[in-house]
Amino acid sequence: MLLIPCPYCGVRPELEFSYGGQAHIARPQTSASAEEWAAFQYERVNTRGPHAERWRHTHGCGRFFNVVRDTTTDQILRSYRSGER
Amino acid sequence: MRSRFSGWSLLLGGLTGQRGWREQWRAATPKKGYDALIVGGGGHGLAAAYYLAKEHGIRNVAVLEKGWIGGGNTGRNTTVIRSNYLFSESSSLYDHAVKLWETLSQELNYNVMYSPRGVLMLAHNVHDCQVSQRHIHANYANGVDNEWLTPAQAKAYCPPLNIGSELRYPVLGGALQRRGGTARHDAVAWGYARAADALGVDIIENCEVTGLKRDANGAVVAVETNRGVIESRRIGVSAAGHSTVVLQMAGVRLPLESFPLQALVSEPVKPIFPCVVMSNTIHAYISQSDKGELVIGASTDAYTSYTQRGALHVSLHTLEAVCELFPAFRRMRMLRNWGGIVDVTPDRSPIVAKTPVPGLYVNCGWGTGGFKATPGAGHLLAWTMAHDAPHPLNAAFTIERFRDGLLIDEAAAAAVSH
Repeated sequence: MLLIPCPYCGVRPELEFSYGGQAHIARPQTSASAEEWAAFQYERVNTRGPHAERWRHTHGCGRFFNVVRDTTTDQILRSYRSGER
Repeated sequence: MRSRFSGWSLLLGGLTGQRGWREQWRAATPKKGYDALIVGGGGHGLAAAYYLAKEHGIRNVAVLEKGWIGGGNTGRNTTVIRSNYLFSESSSLYDHAVKLWETLSQELNYNVMYSPRGVLMLAHNVHDCQVSQRHIHANYANGVDNEWLTPAQAKAYCPPLNIGSELRYPVLGGALQRRGGTARHDAVAWGYARAADALGVDIIENCEVTGLKRDANGAVVAVETNRGVIESRRIGVSAAGHSTVVLQMAGVRLPLESFPLQALVSEPVKPIFPCVVMSNTIHAYISQSDKGELVIGASTDAYTSYTQRGALHVSLHTLEAVCELFPAFRRMRMLRNWGGIVDVTPDRSPIVAKTPVPGLYVNCGWGTGGFKATPGAGHLLAWTMAHDAPHPLNAAFTIERFRDGLLIDEAAAAAVSH
């Protein structure tokens, strides 16, 4: 089980959180093509290495935030608030 | 030249101290080029190489495996075989594989220990009962066997099952596919490797693909590996959890994410468990290997990862469900647990298709249930590579279905991870 550093509440066990998938995916304009919508909806980087992802502290503050985790070791490199990079 | 296995050859081996057995495939070194390359030496990739040589006459083929044969997901799965999927495209695809399983040992002259002992999928609430009935009727319409059992019939089929009303999620019935069952996972890889090798296929272990070379038109011309450049204008990628990593080398992005999926086995005991039981609702699934171990499948982790382990609370959850359904197993000890990296598509259906890059083909996205498809996936990947066009059975399983809104949404059909 991961220990996840919530930027608002501190380090808590993984069971308090829900996973929110790849971070920093921008929604396209409504005029976007089918390819752009498919990329937004379905394509993911699926990185082997440092992966920026969203987590939600569901059983805590309830807020979304971002985590960079190395997917080859599951080591969490850092966490930061939504809207930050 | 490898000798054929038979009852007589086994008897002779027994009488001569088992000293006459030879290696089952050559330790091939890479040639300069091949008519076709398969990236990934799991069951799927080896089967593809075998069918390219056997059915399409393309024998100048190499299978490139970064580890050793049987060391990836082929050796990490829980060996369940079934074809009781909801949609016509899926049940046809998986039933194609089941039909190949039925004669695979004879086809390969290698005992893959296919055992159609029945797969029983339990229902624990009204929704489960309705979904199961819907699957049974859809399967019936597609010529795939699946039947409804009452709790008493389920108990008669699988005696260790607890059908008492004291359970938090009591058993209300189950769907039984009698042709479903298990096979020996290692034997499947070894059998295909041996049979492909006998047809001239080079099986190259410890050969990791690090790049894909393309010509001015964008078509693939070679792979770069840790054992040098190997030329081919026809490359099939069958790399399971690492499919996105390999396809990224050609700039192809896939609708896939990789998750660790856990399994565990108990200490071996005498035969007690006659079939495969799955419960999607409380996530228990279990069978007994011929060695006597209970083989238990847990869930995927919540997050993408390549770590080949998985969190303890995930397997604990499954063990709790197993102990509730089968109280006799409460004091059994678990012997080993592990994880495999599975590549999951948004609709939980695979991709067996051409890619936008000429000469590059992909077989991926089998998610948590690829083992059952091994012969079928290899057969269809070989067909697609040989004809540069899909077989009717995999024509719907394209990458473009996500762009075109033509999902084959087994994820919604099952309403659980499976």
